[in-house]
Amino acid sequence: MAQERLLMKGTEAIAEAAIRAGCNFFFGYPITPQNEIPEYMSRRMPQVGGLYLQAESEVSAINMLYGAGGSGVRVMTSSSSPGVALMSEGFSYIIGSELPVVVVNIMRGGPGLGDIAPSQGDYAQMTKGFGHGDKHAIVLAPSTVQEAVDMMALAFDLADEYRNPVVLIGDGLIGQMMEPVVFPATAPKQFDKSWAATGHKGKDRKIIHSLYLEPEELERHVLKLFRKFDAMEAKEQRHEMFMADDDPPIMICAYGTTARIAKTAMRELRKKGIKVGLFRPITAWPFPNVALEAIVDKTRSFLCIEMNMGQMIDDVRMVVRGRRPVSFYGRTGGVVPTVEEIVKKVIEHNATLGA
Amino acid sequence: MAEEQVIFKRPAALTEKYFHYCPGCTHGIAHRLIAEIVDEMGIQEKIVGVSPVGCSVLAYNYFDFDFQEAAHGRAPAVATGMRRTLPEDRYIFTYQGDGDLASIGMAEIVHAANRGEKITVVFINNAIYGMTGGQMAPTTLPGMRTTTSPYGRDTTLCGHPIRMCELLNTLVEPRFIARGSLSQAKHIIKAKKLLRQAFELQHEGFTFVELLSTCPTGWGLTPENSLLWLERNMMPFFPLQVFREPGTMPETAKKYAPDLKVKDDKKES
Repeated sequence: MAQERLLMKGTEAIAEAAIRAGCNFFFGYPITPQNEIPEYMSRRMPQVGGLYLQAESEVSAINMLYGAGGSGVRVMTSSSSPGVALMSEGFSYIIGSELPVVVVNIMRGGPGLGDIAPSQGDYAQMTKGFGHGDKHAIVLAPSTVQEAVDMMALAFDLADEYRNPVVLIGDGLIGQMMEPVVFPATAPKQFDKSWAATGHKGKDRKIIHSLYLEPEELERHVLKLFRKFDAMEAKEQRHEMFMADDDPPIMICAYGTTARIAKTAMRELRKKGIKVGLFRPITAWPFPNVALEAIVDKTRSFLCIEMNMGQMIDDVRMVVRGRRPVSFYGRTGGVVPTVEEIVKKVIEHNATLGA
Repeated sequence: MAEEQVIFKRPAALTEKYFHYCPGCTHGIAHRLIAEIVDEMGIQEKIVGVSPVGCSVLAYNYFDFDFQEAAHGRAPAVATGMRRTLPEDRYIFTYQGDGDLASIGMAEIVHAANRGEKITVVFINNAIYGMTGGQMAPTTLPGMRTTTSPYGRDTTLCGHPIRMCELLNTLVEPRFIARGSLSQAKHIIKAKKLLRQAFELQHEGFTFVELLSTCPTGWGLTPENSLLWLERNMMPFFPLQVFREPGTMPETAKKYAPDLKVKDDKKES
C-alpha cells in the first residue's frame, strides 16, 4: 500500500505522529502558539480510543504525565516556553523516577510573557536548565514538519529505551507551517514495562520515586542515571552536514527553523562563489560534539545563527575551544532572521577571513 | 487451658518496617486503618498509593503495595494520570497533609474533585507543617502559635483557616466527603468506617476523607495533651460530619445540577 501523503500544519502533524507512535494519552494546558496540538488531540483521541484531558495548569499537566508514565503507558504533553518553565519541577521528578514521557515545546519569545512569535529562546532552558538537580534529557530539534513527524516515534522509543523523558523543540514557524507529510508505516516498538506501578505486593511491588534521603544512596542513584546519560551522549548524537563535502572555510551552525533559512541563504551564497557549509544539530542534547570536533581543523571560521541572543553558541565554543573564531548572528523577540540578512552577514564574515 | 488465639496482628498490607513517626503522632493510626481496609477488601494487588511531601513522604515504605511518590501538592494530578491510564478495577488513593493539600496543592485537589476523578483522598489535617518543623499551615487555627506565627495566627494578616470538606462540598462531582478524627477510640472506629465507605465508593467518583490528626512535636505538647488539644480546639472549627454521600447534594452544588447542559447551538466550525 502506498503511503499517504497529507498536507498538514506542523502542530497537527506532530499530534497525529504521536498517536501513530502509540501515544494514547495526552494531558495539557492551552498556551499560544501550540494550541492546535491539544485541540487536535481533543478531537482525535476519542476516535482512537485514547484520552485527552485538559489539566488545570502546566504544573498539573506534567504531574499527570508523571502518574501516567508510572503506569507504563506512552504519554505526552505540549506547551510553550513559559508553560514549559512551569513544568520544570515535575520534569525533574520524571527523570529522577526514571519515567518515559515526551514533552513538546513550541517555543515563543521571552523573557516573561514576551510574545507569541517564533523563537529559539529556550535552547538553554531545554538543554541545560529544565528542572533541578543533576540530570539530562534528550532534546530533538526538527527543522521541517516531516522531520518532526519522523521524530515523534523516535522520541517515544528513546524515552522507553532509556526510561528518561524526551523533549522535542520547535518554534511557531514549524508549528504553523503547512507541509506535505508522510507518516511512517511502522508499528510502535514494544518495550518491557514490568517496572510500572500497576498493582503488586511483597517483593514484586513497584515504587516510583526519586527520594533517596541518604546522601550516599542518592549519589549511587545519580551515578546510575549518569550511566544512562553517558550512553545517550555516546549513542544518540544526531546531526546533519549540508554543503560540507568540499570542506568550506565557513561553517554555519544552526538548528530548527534557523537552519532551514540558512540553507536557502547558502544556495544564494554558493551562486556568488562563497563556500559555506552548515552544521545542524538534530539533537540539541546530547550536542553532536563528536561530529563538530571532526570539522574544526578543516574549517576556518564558525558562524552560529539562532533566534535568540546566542545560546547554542556556548556548546559550539566548548567544542571549538578557541582554535577557530566563533561568531554569532541572531534575532530575538520573535523576529525571524531573513535569507537576505544571513547572506549579507556571511558575505561580511567572508571578507574578514582574508585570502 | 484455652488455646491461644491471635486476635490482633499487623495487617498484611503493612510491611514490617517500623514507623518513623514521632510518639503520639496519628499517622500510624491512619496508615493502619487504610491497611486494614485493603486487607478486608482484598485489594492489595489492585491498589496503588500516592505518597506526598510531608512527614508521610516515606509512606511507601510502610504499605506493602505499589506506590508513586508525588511532588508537594501534586498528588491529585499524579493520581489523575494513574486513574486515567490504569485498568478500571484498580484502587488509587492519595495521602496528603494540610500544607500539601490545602496550600500548595489547592488547585490540584479542587480540580481533581471537580472532574470527579475516581480516587480516594485521605487528608491528614493537623493544622501545622510537621516535617519542615512546625510552620503555619492553611488550617492553623486563629491565634495558634507556630514557628512562622510566633504571636499566634493573625487572621487580619493571613486570613482564617480553610475548611476543605466544606469547600469541596460546593462542587457537583464528589461522591463522598467526610471528616473524622483520630483522637480517641470511638472516633477512630468511625474514621475507619468513613475510609471504608470512601474506598467502596471510589469507582463511582471522587471520595475525600479528612482526618483530624495530631502533631505533638510541632504543637509542643505531650501525646496525651495533643489528643485533648485536638478535641478542644480543632473539633469546634472542623466539625466531624459526613458532608456528601451518594444521593445527597447541598443547595450550593445543586444550582449547577449535573444534568444542566447548555444547548450549544453555536455555529459548527
